Amino acid sequence: MKAKQLKFLVGSVIIVLVLIYLGYAGFKSSMAYNQTVAEMLASKEVAYNRHIELEGDVVPGTIKREGRIVTFSVNDKTDKQKVVMIRYEGKDPLPDTFRDNATAMAKGKLDPSGVFIATSMTAKCASKYEKEKEAGIVIDKAGLE
Amino acid sequence: MGQVGQFALALAFIVTIYSIASSLLGIRLRNDKLIASGRNAAVCVFGLVTMSIGTLAYLFLKSDFSYAYIAEHSNRDLPTYFKISSIWGGQEGSLLFWGWLLTIYTALVVIQNRKKHTAMMPYVTSVLMGTSLFFTSMHLFVANPFKLNAAAVGTKVMGLFSPADGQGLNPLLQDPMMVIHPPMLYLGFVGLVVPFAFAMAALITRQLGDTWIRTTRRWTMAAWGILGTGILLGGYWAYHTLGWGGYWAWDPVENASLMPWLIGTAFLHSVMVQEKKGMLKVWNIVLVIMAYIMAVFGTFLTRSGVVNSVHAFAKSPIGGYFLAFIVLALSASFYLLIDRLPFLKNEDQMGSVVSRESSFLFNNLILLVACFSVLLGTMLPSLSDWITGNKITVSKPFFDAVDVPIAIFLLFLTGVGPLLAWRKASTNSLKRNFMIPIAVASATGAALLIGGVRHFYAWSALVMAAFVGTSIIREFYKGARARSTGTGENFFEAIVNLTLRNTRRYGGYIAHLGFVLLFIGWSGQAFTADSEFEAGIGDTFQIRNFTLRVDGFKPVSGQNYTGDQVVVGLYKDGAKVANMFPGRRNYKGSGEQQATSEIAIHETLREDVYLVFQGGVDDAGQKGAFHVYINPLVAWVWIGGVVLGLGTIIALLPNRKATPARRKREHGAEAIQEGTTVA
Repeated sequence: MKAKQLKFLVGSVIIVLVLIYLGYAGFKSSMAYNQTVAEMLASKEVAYNRHIELEGDVVPGTIKREGRIVTFSVNDKTDKQKVVMIRYEGKDPLPDTFRDNATAMAKGKLDPSGVFIATSMTAKCASKYEKEKEAGIVIDKAGLE
Repeated sequence: MGQVGQFALALAFIVTIYSIASSLLGIRLRNDKLIASGRNAAVCVFGLVTMSIGTLAYLFLKSDFSYAYIAEHSNRDLPTYFKISSIWGGQEGSLLFWGWLLTIYTALVVIQNRKKHTAMMPYVTSVLMGTSLFFTSMHLFVANPFKLNAAAVGTKVMGLFSPADGQGLNPLLQDPMMVIHPPMLYLGFVGLVVPFAFAMAALITRQLGDTWIRTTRRWTMAAWGILGTGILLGGYWAYHTLGWGGYWAWDPVENASLMPWLIGTAFLHSVMVQEKKGMLKVWNIVLVIMAYIMAVFGTFLTRSGVVNSVHAFAKSPIGGYFLAFIVLALSASFYLLIDRLPFLKNEDQMGSVVSRESSFLFNNLILLVACFSVLLGTMLPSLSDWITGNKITVSKPFFDAVDVPIAIFLLFLTGVGPLLAWRKASTNSLKRNFMIPIAVASATGAALLIGGVRHFYAWSALVMAAFVGTSIIREFYKGARARSTGTGENFFEAIVNLTLRNTRRYGGYIAHLGFVLLFIGWSGQAFTADSEFEAGIGDTFQIRNFTLRVDGFKPVSGQNYTGDQVVVGLYKDGAKVANMFPGRRNYKGSGEQQATSEIAIHETLREDVYLVFQGGVDDAGQKGAFHVYINPLVAWVWIGGVVLGLGTIIALLPNRKATPARRKREHGAEAIQEGTTVA
């Protein structure tokens, strides 16, 4: 290999290594386990030490606001009996899509008391139609009008 | 009426197959009539798919809710322009829209090149039509927008019906941006199919000279520019409607659009190395293949529900088909590439580490790393689930950690690259070209430190912006001065003529200047402030040097919504500067609807005051909860985007040729300009 090629190679390797290091550091500071309510509850104590992105449907009527703090319960998409209470302590306002029945994605940690302390939240509701369509509800409901 | 659209689709499917068969058979049999027929068939497909999407538009305008897609994405009170844009408001329609744009591009390409590149064109037609065939089959068999509403119990169809009103378009999509942002993104995505088709045709015919690159240069740059504009419009939209105070969140759907753009950026630069030096030939084809794959992959990512995103589309069966298509396209194109490697020899050798070509090489390297990091971060949940059984996600800190330094390094190359000579830059030319920009950058750096800027990345970005901005302005100044000396034009005239005579070089500089402005805008993120507060009429709230005073609450209504609005007076250093009107709206439609925030933004070049009304906190409706953000420099992101677009348009223009008389006059100027290298 010629000296010139070697220079390029060394330069490129250094750049890539620096970026890998930065990526690794960024990964460590922001990684989280994406889990459903059932999955998180099944992992028991392990959950307390993990950053978790918890996914669940907002149980209607459970949203309570006290100043900046919002508490609500989510249940597992498939196993409705599995419920976790979430306490949102984040800085940003909750998204418009956050409301009863929406699928919430809360990032935070499970407190040993059983309450999930969330610091950031996203929510979506677009899958609603599709879910209902699967069950044939959309059609029946709309058809009655 | 929907049968017309359905029938047109079915016909398009058949004609597409015919077009491919006729083109390929035409080459085999050396029959020009068959080839011409294949070409005409491609134009015919455009007509048919147009008829199909036209039918869908008609059904939306007629509010024919017997069709499921119409019932799910529209309602009677929806304004007309949203009814039209509802075409791309859901999965089936947006795929049809994608497929339709592809047929437009195809028709344009085959008509534009009907008398050129006779050996390559039948293959170009086949590759374009092959992609089109995939989409047409999706419309017909997997995601059909003309499905009727059927009342079903289990799998048994009990009858058809038409609901009285539709569920309405998702309120977050009811924004003027909905009319323009998705079409721009799609135009960009789909445009990347064109260079791919030419690259494949070049490989197949072994015509691997510069023909395919020169033919597709404008297509690629246009697609890249449109995609970039689409991405920025998306950011603008998010910033003005979503209400979290920002414009980029590293959401999977944003990432999906960024990846092909990054690859496109790499290609636009490395292609110059091939044109000038006959190098990086294999690399360029790899980039074109990747851009194509990323465009299809992005569509797959956003439409299949594989990843969690705010732009949620439901889990759907199209995912498997898309993956299969991607795997097929990847293996076919890489097989071809490997088979043709002997025809892709380098004609020259790499220059020194400090040379134009090496700056392009590093530019490509880190753009690729950027793309890879975005891909990795986006797909990590799926990948980790597959490997370890745990879905691991990463968010903003990961992407920022990798991509912010990459972006700043790229900005550095933006300033350095164009000033370096090909092969090897001499120490003298380095000194001459870089002295002033370095001096300005150093002064800026010192001023920022004295001014109290301590955020390392923001500081670096601003120092680099000063460096690059100065070097670009200096290039224009140098060129214009030389020209006005030679031609006697005044300085301003000289700048305009200079640019029009060498659009690619100076358009490129203007695009780079757009990036400088974008970086200035991005650096503002290091200096934001925000706070939540509750306030009733007459209450004030202070943030930085701004005071907000709530002056009143009032109900509002529009064609498709009702809601509340708050009047808030904005005072800067005690003096009133504006009235702001944040609010909340409830949209009509029979589907269960959500309230959405109407954000009020007071935008200035220095900073934005961004105010979100989160709703009333007492029953009397006289007190509300608010969130206010101070976002410095955001306006420069939008201005930078406009400048970037302008530069791209200029670079797309053909060079203006001088008239004979003029040429004589300009001869002197040209001689003086010789000294500077041409991009």
